[in-house]
Amino acid sequence: MLRNDTDDITVELKYPMPLLKDSAAADVLAKIHARVKARWKSGFSESSFRKILYFAGICVFVLLVAIFFSLVIASFPAIRRFGVGFLSQSTWDPVRGEFGALPFVVGTLIVSFLALIFSVFLSLPTSIYLGEYFTRGGTSTFIKSMIELLAGVPSVIYGFCGLFLLTPLVRSLEVELGMAPYGVGILTAALVLSIMIIPFSASIGREVISLVPGDLKEAAFSLGATRFEVIRKVILPYARSGIVAGILLSLGRALGETMAVTMVIGNSNFIPTSIFSPSNSLASVIANEFTEATGRLYLSSLIELGLVLFLVTTLINVLGKIIVRRMGVEV
Amino acid sequence: MIHLAESSSGIEMKKVLNFITILLVLLIGLVCWTTVHAKEVELIGAGATFPYPLYSKMFDVYAEKNGVKVNYQAIGSGGGIRQLINKTVDFGGSDAIVSEKEMTEASAPILHIPTCAGAVVVTYNLTGNPKLRFTPDIIADLFLGKITKWDDPRISAINPGAKLPNMNITVVHRSDGSGTTFIFSNYLSKVSHEWNEKVGSGTSLNWPVGLGGKGNPGVAGLVQQTPGSVGYVELIYALGNKMPYGMVKNAKGNFIEATISSTSLAANIELPDDMRVSLTNTNAADGYPISGFTWILVYKEQNYGEKPEQKAREVVNLLWWMTHEGQKYAEPLDYAPLSKRAVEKAEKLIKAITYAGKPVMK
Repeated sequence: MLRNDTDDITVELKYPMPLLKDSAAADVLAKIHARVKARWKSGFSESSFRKILYFAGICVFVLLVAIFFSLVIASFPAIRRFGVGFLSQSTWDPVRGEFGALPFVVGTLIVSFLALIFSVFLSLPTSIYLGEYFTRGGTSTFIKSMIELLAGVPSVIYGFCGLFLLTPLVRSLEVELGMAPYGVGILTAALVLSIMIIPFSASIGREVISLVPGDLKEAAFSLGATRFEVIRKVILPYARSGIVAGILLSLGRALGETMAVTMVIGNSNFIPTSIFSPSNSLASVIANEFTEATGRLYLSSLIELGLVLFLVTTLINVLGKIIVRRMGVEV
Repeated sequence: MIHLAESSSGIEMKKVLNFITILLVLLIGLVCWTTVHAKEVELIGAGATFPYPLYSKMFDVYAEKNGVKVNYQAIGSGGGIRQLINKTVDFGGSDAIVSEKEMTEASAPILHIPTCAGAVVVTYNLTGNPKLRFTPDIIADLFLGKITKWDDPRISAINPGAKLPNMNITVVHRSDGSGTTFIFSNYLSKVSHEWNEKVGSGTSLNWPVGLGGKGNPGVAGLVQQTPGSVGYVELIYALGNKMPYGMVKNAKGNFIEATISSTSLAANIELPDDMRVSLTNTNAADGYPISGFTWILVYKEQNYGEKPEQKAREVVNLLWWMTHEGQKYAEPLDYAPLSKRAVEKAEKLIKAITYAGKPVMK
């Protein structure tokens, strides 16, 4: 308030209208002047503010389009050489210059979806627990911040934990089952990824579950529903589209995760035959081979892998949006 | 009301303006600072990761002695070659020979100046870690997936003393492109016809079998964890981590243990003048067969871009120092110093560097 007052004084001092002797006229003129000035000023900042927002929005769009086109341009030699065969060929041979992305596309999709399935088992109960049972209090805050912390852990640390804690466990399981004791492979990578993506689906799930209107729940309770029935028949159907949206967001993260996956997936360029077999993902091939890639075709094939990853991610996001919208309409 | 809104938005505007001014000042400061520092950094190099520990030691000492700073970024041999072709660096570093195709992509001839040598060893995980002996065809068949059990008669025939279990072999290779893989696959291509046909040599390969680990630590981690596994790492890395590795039969029929001196000895052969030579499977009687040089790559003609002659002279001085006085820093860091013959060849190459057609070195 104090600052506003002083500001008023300075405004008046700036426009004292000394030429007019008639104090009433001067007063009216000063008022008009101030009003015009205020309107001009507020109008200016309003419109420029809107322009800034508009510009930022356009920037995001332009960036995305620019990324897409630079990927297309840089991968053009590979596109011209291999055509659609790039997606159906399963040989990746940098020595002979034959490049096919099929094993990596398959590996990426299997690992990501498997991770998604694993993560739902933990993230859905967590979001129900935090969204419905313990919405506030010490325990709830503690768990909430732990989940946020999960998202902040660098992925290389997940990779190390996977390599030194999870891999021996998977290996002993493989020995039990009489399989090759690799330890690393699709299962290990999916398990590590599933933990990494929990924060995304869990925090959005918690948010939408806590937004379910109290009236609905109370109505169900008044009809004699148990808590489990309320969750199953009221809360989950109501929050369904939000929960699915959260899961899809985490899928986007899973598809592009590089470091942790590279460390535990086994990096073997074959189409996997079981969930124990070593595999490879689009992102990890790029990370592994880009630094040493020489030759135009090799480089552009690696960039085309990036383009494929970009398209797969976009496709899944669009599909997800459609699914979420359908679900939203049903509710 | 209007007055209030106006004045508070005015304050907001002032705050925003102040903020932007501070940002601008910081930015300008940063730019000035980096340009000032850029003037201090005289030479820029990029490339191979393998010699990085040695290079950073060498460049530290060199900067102290001669006041010329060298900024070397270990981004991988492929990246080093690319940056040199794009002329964004004064020199590149590489563990692999620049291919003919890449030579034509570059606008001018590129020289390969060797700086040190390294060896790649075959490491394994067996109970008791016996010292094994390998013949070239056994190594090739291990990595082709044709020998699948440790008690294979071919392995036990040349390792009579060792207790070999009836265990499946898990092959571990590098998943990232690397000079180590180049040296290893170059060796296998020379000793095994089948390897040459099926796989060939390069920094990244289409591996017939096995798991990939990222970097030397990745391979080492997988080998140390997986019983019955076999992999390959740089000698320096195996020494530093006390990993077991086998002796390898060389072209003269001797089983050689990989050491710094046996790596240097591998270069004890007739070397070509351009030094674009791999040291794998050489005829040196006491040389370890899976060895290779690492090179600094420079343009033969230094007058390109807007490079002053002074800078060209500094590049040449640095190269001379690295191949002479700088060599004494190699052995303490487990790198194999250049053999006498290699130094002589390197001298000739350095003397061939020109600026506007005239030799830089007098």
